[in-house]
Amino acid sequence: MTELLMIFFAAVFFNNFVLYRFLGICPFFGVSKRIETSLGMGMAVMFVMTLASIITWLIQGYLLNPLGLGYLQTITFILVIASLVQFVELFVQKVSPTLYKALGIFLPLITTNCAVLGLAILNIDFNYNILQTVVHAVGAAVGFTLALVILAGIREKLELNDVPRAFAGIPLALIVAGILALAFSGFVL
Amino acid sequence: MDYFRDIAVPVLSVGGLGLIFGAILAVADKLFVVKQDSRVEEVLEALPGVNCGACGYPGCGAFAEAVVSGQAPVNGCPVGRKKVADELSRIMNVSGVASDERYVAKLACRGNKETAKVKMVYHGIKDCRAANQINGGPKACVYGCMGLGTCIRVCPFDAIGMGNDGLPVFHSELCTGCNRCRNACPKQVIRMVPQSTNVEVMCNSLAKGAAVLKVCKVGCIACGKCAKVCPTNAIEIGDNLAVIDQVECINCGKCIEACPTNSIVRV
Repeated sequence: MTELLMIFFAAVFFNNFVLYRFLGICPFFGVSKRIETSLGMGMAVMFVMTLASIITWLIQGYLLNPLGLGYLQTITFILVIASLVQFVELFVQKVSPTLYKALGIFLPLITTNCAVLGLAILNIDFNYNILQTVVHAVGAAVGFTLALVILAGIREKLELNDVPRAFAGIPLALIVAGILALAFSGFVL
Repeated sequence: MDYFRDIAVPVLSVGGLGLIFGAILAVADKLFVVKQDSRVEEVLEALPGVNCGACGYPGCGAFAEAVVSGQAPVNGCPVGRKKVADELSRIMNVSGVASDERYVAKLACRGNKETAKVKMVYHGIKDCRAANQINGGPKACVYGCMGLGTCIRVCPFDAIGMGNDGLPVFHSELCTGCNRCRNACPKQVIRMVPQSTNVEVMCNSLAKGAAVLKVCKVGCIACGKCAKVCPTNAIEIGDNLAVIDQVECINCGKCIEACPTNSIVRV
């Protein structure tokens, strides 16, 4: 139990996927303008990450390893993630049109979100069992959402401030993200 | 045989995975299908597709959805006029709502280079909104058109051109009544008038008569002569400006003859 908690909190804080591993930077800046959309994005990523890591773990353990096809890991995982995202897109469009409109272009972009692929590969590299994999995936997604929401909260405030023109928008967001990453590295020490 | 195994196994496993996922997606596509009213697409196709927003909806797509759900009238597109309204009423199966009356933009100012005085020479950005920030613009009359052409640039239909006299020329046959020029004009000197009526007071000045005469030869001085000669009492003087009620106006043109400053014209 302690071990699972360790994996979870390590993924959320210490080894935060965005701020420590620098994975999933595209949605980190793309969807972090409003807290609402960043929460929605976080939920979609959580759904995709959990499902993708379970399926990739099963495929690695019961298909690739027995057949000695470890070298096909990347392409197979990408295939899994891409189809999953398509599935989630169809699902969200049916269940919540509002969320579908809010996520817009970024739902298909999870397809190429390296955080999902990185998570799937890390699970294998760490030799996690299925339970640890799920906990790790949820932790990673929570960490991703946390980073996104923090940045969105700061950017919402920044929009009301008088920012020098050269820094307005993405440049300032990059600086803020850097400071955030520094702050998160405090967990490690 | 080893070569065969080395090639066939990876190809089959990855290909098989692809097939399985493809099948799942195909099923999901049918299972989670979102029923969209087919009329939305039909309506969208009949619309001009300029996304100008003149209907009050954010773009043609939103308007099409509003029409199909009954929130917007079929003649709600001011750009498409009767043609689109007829088409939409055919798709939506309603009748008798299409009207050919349309509003076109007109410049309510005749103060050109010769008739209106200038109080300063403006060398700033060629944009009315910028010029208006500097003491109300270069013209002596703060209500009049500055002629820097912001309306020309915002018009998506090329319905406005610049005349030789320094005032924009509005081509009503190209105007779709989308209101963009009117919203962009800092002087609010552009008016939407029904196309069928054609007598208008082409002055925007709310200044007193004497003040108008000082800065412009063709401004309305609110003398009231037009109101006196009007056979249908369609003209009213308020806020130092004559206003013609276009519902009452019969286009007789008597006010045009009576106006001492020629600020009433056929447009």
